[in-house]
Amino acid sequence: MSRPGLSESRPRIAAINAGMQMGALALAFLLTTAILLFAGAPPLAAYREIAAGAVGSFDSFSNVLVAWVPLLLAAAGVLVTFAAGLWNIGVEGQIVMGAVFTTWVLRLLQESGVPPAVAIIVAMLAGMIGGGLWAALAGVLRTFGGVNEIFGGLGLNFVATALTLWLIFGPWKRPGVGSMSGTEPFPEEFGLPTVAGSRLSLWSLGLGIFAVIIIYVLLERTHFGLRLRAVGLNHKAAFLLGVPTWQYGLVAFVFCGGLAGLAGGVQVTGVYHRLIPSISSGYGFLGLMIAMLILYRAVWLAPVALFFAAVNIGSIQLPIVLKLDSTLSGVLQGTLVLLVLLVEGARQRYLKKLRAKVPPAPGTGHSPRPPAAAALPASGAVIIDGSGED
Amino acid sequence: MDIRLTEIRKHFGVVKANDGISLVVPRGTIQGILGENGAGKSTLMKIISGFQPADSGTISLDGQPVRFRSPADAIRHGVGMLHQDPLDFPPLRVIDNLLIGAPGRIRPRRSEAAAAITELANTFGLTIEPTAEVGSLTVGERQQLELVRLLWLGADVLILDEPTTGISETQRKQLFATLRSLAAGGKTVIFVSHKLDEVQELCTQVAVLRQGRLVGQASRPFDVRQLVGLMFEHEVASEARISCVPGESVLSLTDAGAEHGRIRFEGLDLNLRAGETIGLAGMEGSGQRLLLRACAGLAPTFEGRIALDRSDATGKNYLAFKKMGVAYVPASRLEEGLVPGMSLTDHFLLTDHERGFFVNRREGRRLAQDRISDFNIRGRPEDRIDALSGGNQQRALLALLRPGAKLILLEHPTRGLDLESVIYLWTKLKARCNQGAAIMFASSDLEEILRYSDRILVFFAGRVTGPLDATSTTVDQLGRLIGGAPASPPSDTESHV
Repeated sequence: MSRPGLSESRPRIAAINAGMQMGALALAFLLTTAILLFAGAPPLAAYREIAAGAVGSFDSFSNVLVAWVPLLLAAAGVLVTFAAGLWNIGVEGQIVMGAVFTTWVLRLLQESGVPPAVAIIVAMLAGMIGGGLWAALAGVLRTFGGVNEIFGGLGLNFVATALTLWLIFGPWKRPGVGSMSGTEPFPEEFGLPTVAGSRLSLWSLGLGIFAVIIIYVLLERTHFGLRLRAVGLNHKAAFLLGVPTWQYGLVAFVFCGGLAGLAGGVQVTGVYHRLIPSISSGYGFLGLMIAMLILYRAVWLAPVALFFAAVNIGSIQLPIVLKLDSTLSGVLQGTLVLLVLLVEGARQRYLKKLRAKVPPAPGTGHSPRPPAAAALPASGAVIIDGSGED
Repeated sequence: MDIRLTEIRKHFGVVKANDGISLVVPRGTIQGILGENGAGKSTLMKIISGFQPADSGTISLDGQPVRFRSPADAIRHGVGMLHQDPLDFPPLRVIDNLLIGAPGRIRPRRSEAAAAITELANTFGLTIEPTAEVGSLTVGERQQLELVRLLWLGADVLILDEPTTGISETQRKQLFATLRSLAAGGKTVIFVSHKLDEVQELCTQVAVLRQGRLVGQASRPFDVRQLVGLMFEHEVASEARISCVPGESVLSLTDAGAEHGRIRFEGLDLNLRAGETIGLAGMEGSGQRLLLRACAGLAPTFEGRIALDRSDATGKNYLAFKKMGVAYVPASRLEEGLVPGMSLTDHFLLTDHERGFFVNRREGRRLAQDRISDFNIRGRPEDRIDALSGGNQQRALLALLRPGAKLILLEHPTRGLDLESVIYLWTKLKARCNQGAAIMFASSDLEEILRYSDRILVFFAGRVTGPLDATSTTVDQLGRLIGGAPASPPSDTESHV
């Protein structure tokens, strides 16, 4: 084969990969432990508390699942935009707009005599449309306005938040006076049915899992996903190979926004039964972190999102029991993502070095063509005289 | 300042960019450096100006060996380089551009510097407005600015890399006058070019590089034929030429013109017929890429018409051209041609036109396997494209050409390939011609151009000569045209300038 050195060391590379990622996990815990010690808190007790808060009882675990659903939806959406090489920071605002649209349609339908099940379905579809439109706006700004999607998304996040506040304190305020507790709750029949004694809805759980499967299949098994990844990895080459690049970028935005909007819809119909000011609860940003943590491989989405949900829910008890702030979960998640990315960077460098050490095999086209082209590079990686004259 | 280079070597992987170059340039001379693309000119200049260190060898200034750590270090020693593309900051004002590279104080002293610059510029008959914005200047003015900046920083040795590309005739004359007066004032000038007439006009001595080696030196008066002979290697084309019988018109250009940055061509008429191969010769950056891209719908034309298969395609975009049967193969494989991170199978799936919604991996693998053996690619279907060697990437790129393409546009299709692969790939391409495709390709290898083209267009600074009949053209004639000289050598009593 062409690269004897590399193929021989393949198991070794796999071992290096696994070792480095475990190392990142260990480092993240070490760092968080150090922070806990610095804050004068007992780390072991804190971790035990998080674990107990997450999986200690049916009640707590059902809450973890409730938090898992929007994370699954948001992270699955973000995977699509990441595949296209886009940083959809606006996912947070897209969740919010999904919630706004869902609330809007539910408000319209709750008095109309439409059966509640139909109203819920239509409202959630409206949520998807709302999120999709908000994402499309970021995409259009990027494609036609030259506004980087990071800045566009960030700006639109603020606009979405402002819009919710205005709705809650303005047109949709509760009878009497508007308050931070949100709009008037919908009647029970306009919410997703929940498992008895919990806030968990099997419908939303099913939606979340279904979305992940769809996205996995879409990215890994379809021509659409293949072309989307080509756009993300090298948009110039993808264009020359015949992929209409900006159109694919826009479609990726709409996909992500639709899923984020569905997450917002689930929060309204399944969890809060009304529009509240911070309806997205930061799940959009967490979803971005998850997508980065799994290095854009969809297979890892579900377990990692579950871990994040567990850490989030588990740390809710911290302030009460250990007088610690619950943002500890954020510290743990943040350090984890940073360290995994850091280790990934180190890994890439290391592998590059490893590749460079492997001598080119004879007769693979590596040997320069004698003699006319002897001064031309045999590999695209070398920089050489003449390249600057093009 | 005298500059002496001893045994300068620089390797990139297996490629010897500079292979033991020794050269002496005494003060007061204007030294021309000639050579075709890839001869090692830029590498040598980057070493002299501190952009990159040599692997071995020494540079001495006035007999003192020096070792530059950076371009800033080189300029402190009195060596400054004027790059082909001015290294300036277009949004800033002229004066701030000058101060950026100057040895720092915390508070820039603008008025002081402005006065010094104006005076320096006046000495050489240049006018520089310190408060103008750099972005508003022409390329020629930016060049003058850069020149004055280097002089202001105390440069004694000035290196100019292809300085006349894209500047007006007046500016060129002024530049040459300035360089002459600088040399007369004791500065050393190194002038890198591939334009024979300019080298003749300006330089007092010339060094010719080829394949990283110094192959010859000459002083005034120069013998053009000798210089061309030194620049381009003569190989006897032993192999029989493969020609096809041309058929219907595939591409026709009528009075076409296009422009990109400083490169432009205009008024081009060309008719390419099925089965025909046309080679584009010229130094890189002379307009060949622009023509190829215009024919692919990737670069807009500002005048004239383009017709494919006798239906008008003027103003249409690349995807429309692609649909009409145009295939474009760029030179930079990993930047534009292929998708690093994807496997060979992924690439073949990506360009497969018989596709449904779902990817059929097994089918894709078989497709990849077929193309791999068909194009003699050393690699497995699941290998990442960026893990293949350059030669194998190039073969993969050609393997991606879709079967029905009527017009195949190629930029340096065999660059970096071994001889065996070159012959193999051209056999493949010529087979396409037999099936009714037309080929247009750019190459800096004159032998390749002569051997595989039916007709040849020669590009020199956007001026297009031809089409020439490949059977009656020699390497020598081609070499002259590329260097901007007339194709046939003038009589013995030639006088230049």
